[in-house]
Amino acid sequence: MTRHLFTGLLLSLLLLAGCWWTLGQVHAGPVGGGFWLVILSLLVVAWFAMDQLAADAIGARLVPVLFGAWILFLWEVVVVGFQVPHVLLPPPSAIGQAIRSHLDMLRADFVQTFVRAVVPGWLMGCGAGFVTALLIDRSPFLQRGLLPVGNLVSALPIIGVAPIMVMWFGFDWQSKAAVVVIMTFFPMLVNTTAGLSQTSAIERDLMHSYAASYVQTLVSLRLPAAMPFIFNALKINATLALIGALVAEFFGTPIVGMGFRISTEVGRMNLDVVWATIAVAALAGSLSYALLAGIERMVTFWHPSYRRR
Amino acid sequence: MAAAAVRAPVGARQLHTGRFLPVLTVTLAILAIWYLGAVWLNAPQVIDRYDDQPWTWQQLVQDSWSMERPVLPAPHQVAEEFNKTVFQTAITSKRSLVYHAWITLSATLLGFALGTLLGILLAVGIVHMRILDRALLPWVIASQTIPILAIAPMVVVVLGSVGLTGLVPKSLISMYLCFFPITIGMVKGLRSPDVLSLELMHTWNATPAQVFWKLRWPAAVPFLFASLKVAIAISLVGAIVGEMPTGAQAGIGARLLSGSYYGQTVQIWAALVMGSVMAGLLIAVVSAAERFTLRAMGARP
Repeated sequence: MTRHLFTGLLLSLLLLAGCWWTLGQVHAGPVGGGFWLVILSLLVVAWFAMDQLAADAIGARLVPVLFGAWILFLWEVVVVGFQVPHVLLPPPSAIGQAIRSHLDMLRADFVQTFVRAVVPGWLMGCGAGFVTALLIDRSPFLQRGLLPVGNLVSALPIIGVAPIMVMWFGFDWQSKAAVVVIMTFFPMLVNTTAGLSQTSAIERDLMHSYAASYVQTLVSLRLPAAMPFIFNALKINATLALIGALVAEFFGTPIVGMGFRISTEVGRMNLDVVWATIAVAALAGSLSYALLAGIERMVTFWHPSYRRR
Repeated sequence: MAAAAVRAPVGARQLHTGRFLPVLTVTLAILAIWYLGAVWLNAPQVIDRYDDQPWTWQQLVQDSWSMERPVLPAPHQVAEEFNKTVFQTAITSKRSLVYHAWITLSATLLGFALGTLLGILLAVGIVHMRILDRALLPWVIASQTIPILAIAPMVVVVLGSVGLTGLVPKSLISMYLCFFPITIGMVKGLRSPDVLSLELMHTWNATPAQVFWKLRWPAAVPFLFASLKVAIAISLVGAIVGEMPTGAQAGIGARLLSGSYYGQTVQIWAALVMGSVMAGLLIAVVSAAERFTLRAMGARP
C-alpha cells in the first residue's frame, strides 16, 4: 500500500465520520453558522482525500465514487439545512423514500417504457440500420447518395416526429417504439457504413488472394473491423432510444410510463416522485450503456484502445 | 462541403464520382415514397368520405393529396403551409413560423453559448487538475447515459415556480445537453499536443499560461469546432423539447404540441421542416466560422 493510498483512505474515513455526524445534526433541527464552518472544513478534507487517492493507481478508481457520494451529501445537507422547499428540490433521502414507497408503480412504468418501447424499438431501429448498410454496401452510388442524407437527418431535431407517430400508432407503446426506430436508424446506418470501409487495401487484397467470396470477406474481415463503429452506434442509440421514448410519452400515453409519470407528477408538484422516476431512468440508461460497453470489450478485444499500457 | 463543390471543376467526371447525382436520386426517391405513402395512409379516410359513391383512382389520388387534416400530408401541402406561414405572414404575427423560429433560436443560441462556456471551462479544469480528471470526467460521461431530456418539464416547471420563465429554463436545458460534446472534444484537443512540443515549451521556460495560450489552445481549436457542430444541433433539440411542457405558448416545440392537440398535421410537418432548416443553417454557420478561423490560424485547406 502506497503512502498516497494510505493517507487518502485515512482522510476518507475521517470524512465519512464527519459526514455521518453532520447528517445527524442537520436532520435533528435548525443549524447555525458554526455548522456550515464544519461543512466547509469537510470540503477541504474531501478535496485532500480525493487528491491523495487520485495519485494512486488503485485509489484513483475510488475517486469518482467518493465524488458522487460527496455531491449527494452536499445536496442533502444544503437542502435540509437551508430548508429549501420540497417543490423546488427534494433531498436525496426523500427521493430514496419515494422510490421505496412507489416501487410497484415505478416497476410498471419501467416495463411500459423500457421493456415495451425502448428495447424493441432499439432492436428494430439498429437492426434496420445495419441491414440497410449491408444492402447498400455493394452500391457505391447509393452510398454516396444515402450517407449525406443520413448525416443530415442525424443532425435534425428528429424528436419532433413524436406527435406524428402518436397520431399514427396510437397512445400505447407502439408509437413510442416507432419514434425510437426512427431515431436509432440513421446513426446505425451511418456508423455501419463508415465501419465497413475501415479495412485497408492490403487486407482486402489478402482476402482476394485467398479467393475469398464477397460474403467470406464480409464476415471474416470487414464486419469484425466494423465492430467498434457498430458498437459506437449501439451506445449512442441506447441513450437516444430512452430519450425518444420518454419525450414521445409527453404527447399522450395510457396512464403508465416513465415520461407520463414525469409530466403528470410535475404538474402535481410531487417532485420526489419525479426524481425517483428520473433515478430509475438514469439507472436504466447507465446500466444498458455499461452492458453494451462490456459486450463491446468482449467482441473487440483486439482493438488498440483496450491494450494495457 | 459547399466550398469544395465550388472549387472543384464541374464536368462529366465530377457528376460520375461526385455526390450531387446520388443525393439527388435519393432525395427524389424519398419524395416519391412520400407521395405514395400519402396515398396509402390517407386512402382509407378518403374512401370513407366517398360514402359508397363510385370513384376513380385518379380522384382518389388527387383527394388524398389535398386533404384538410391528412394522416400524412403530401410534400406540396407542407411546402404550401411553410410558404404561407413563413413568407406570406408578417413576422410579428403569432401565426408566422418565423416568429416561432426566432423564439426557439434565441433559446438555442443562449443555451449554446452557456454550454460552450461551461464545456470549455470544465475541459480546462480537467486537463490541468488531476483531481478533476479523476473525479469529474467519469461523471460527465455518466451524465450522458441518462436521458437528460426527461428532466426538461421539471426544470421548466420548477424554474417557473421561482419566477424564471421564458428564455432561461429552455436555454438551461440546451446548455445541459450541449456542454458534454464540448467538454469531451476539448479535453481531447487540449491534450493533443505531443510530448515533444510540451518539452520544447518547457525548455523555453514557458509558464503554464503561456503553454496554454500558445500551444494547447491553438491545438484544441479544430477539436472545438468539431464539437461545436454536434453541440449546436443538440442545443436546438433541447430548446424544442424545452418548449413542450410550457403549455404550448410559442416556439417550434409549441407548434408541434398545439398541432398534435388539434390534429393539424400539416402544421406539425411545417414546424418540423422549419426545425430542420434551422438545424441546417446553424450547422452551416458553425462550419463557415470553422473554415474562417482555421484559415486565419494558418491551416492549409
